[in-house]
Amino acid sequence: MIRAFFRVAWIVVKKDLTVEVRSLEILSTTIFFAVTVVLMFSFGLVVDGRPLNDVAAAILWVAIAFSGTLALGRTFERERHNDTLRALLLAPADRPALYVGKLAGILLLLALVQVVLVPLVGLLFGAPIFDHGFHLLALLAGGTLGFTAVGTLFAAMLVRARSRDVLLPIMLYPMTVPVMIAGVRGTAALFQPTPNLEATQFWIALLVFFDVVFVTLALWTFDPVMTD
Amino acid sequence: MLAVAAGMFALAPFMINAAPNEATMGLVYKIYFFHMPSAWMFMVAAITAGIASARFLFLKRPSADGWALAAGELAVVFGAFTLVTGPLWARKAWGVWWVWDARLTSSLMLFMIFVAYLLLRKYGGPGSDKLGAGMALFGMANVPFIYVSVNYWRTFHPLTSVVPTLPVEMGIPLWYCVTAFTLLFIVLLRMRTRLEHQRARVEALYLLEDES
Repeated sequence: MIRAFFRVAWIVVKKDLTVEVRSLEILSTTIFFAVTVVLMFSFGLVVDGRPLNDVAAAILWVAIAFSGTLALGRTFERERHNDTLRALLLAPADRPALYVGKLAGILLLLALVQVVLVPLVGLLFGAPIFDHGFHLLALLAGGTLGFTAVGTLFAAMLVRARSRDVLLPIMLYPMTVPVMIAGVRGTAALFQPTPNLEATQFWIALLVFFDVVFVTLALWTFDPVMTD
Repeated sequence: MLAVAAGMFALAPFMINAAPNEATMGLVYKIYFFHMPSAWMFMVAAITAGIASARFLFLKRPSADGWALAAGELAVVFGAFTLVTGPLWARKAWGVWWVWDARLTSSLMLFMIFVAYLLLRKYGGPGSDKLGAGMALFGMANVPFIYVSVNYWRTFHPLTSVVPTLPVEMGIPLWYCVTAFTLLFIVLLRMRTRLEHQRARVEALYLLEDES
């Protein structure tokens, strides 16, 4: 039962990866988009050649949210061609397993984007990204999972909706405010000259709690919202 | 019920006028008599929308969708009222229109979630009732997270514990206004839900006619 569940999820991940590896379309455009976002915000928030306080953390998370929205939209846009999402849903498989597979694929994509994004922010703003690498990794993992868990469900729901391109960020950003606050504040506490690890741990705990609640809720709602 | 609510609102200014002025803020604090009840109704509407959406989604009750939509619209109405009266008071009490306080920010985010909900319902096209239900459910689950995160971030708002400590002359008009707002909420919710149910019925009848 459990094995069958993860087998279905793995097949969905493998399918998405195969499509992506052949074109690299979403990965390359998303990475370049994330870099552009960082630069755009730098022009606004760097005064006299020096960044304002805590700007590195804020820019990092805004870039993650923006590029994440783009990746979510593109991934499900691909499923819309030839109505392949319907084919997936018709397959004799657990619906939640399909969700987990989609979620894992997008998480992998965003992890690759962050491999470029985080060092870039460290480089441009002199942020100490390696001093407490484990804490930063936990924040990134927890934040990205929370953001993507809600985002994957919403993007899947919106596949057949009109004006989905604009509705996805409208629905997703207010819903993921806790993730943004936790991510930005936790990262900012790490990037201080003397890092405030206690604050970071509080935010990591909040993110873990958020992830547990929203992944559960998404698994639970995926089936009823995806039925016609 | 509508008549009672309307009558209570007509009398409300007199009740509020009779209440004594507050020592430091004088007349301005009286906006609180409308601010707090509308904030409460905002919360009640949001919770109603969440529960109705859960019923619609998991128990497949078609009528629950009408309740959810009506409550969602009322959440936006009372939320807007709260977010307008709040800064009017804050300008006098704190000297600024807006501070990034826990309650203010979480109310604003909840308001945003319900505006997004209405946008989705209006422009989502076919199937948006289910999408909206999923969104309202997530919105309701999100409230504690928004509150905790923003709370840890910063806090200025006067605590709710001020309510039981109010002197009687201020307490009576306050509870009077809470009752009036609750009645208004119930009346509007029932009217809007009925309208939505009838609209759904008309739509079903049109579909039937098309088929025959």
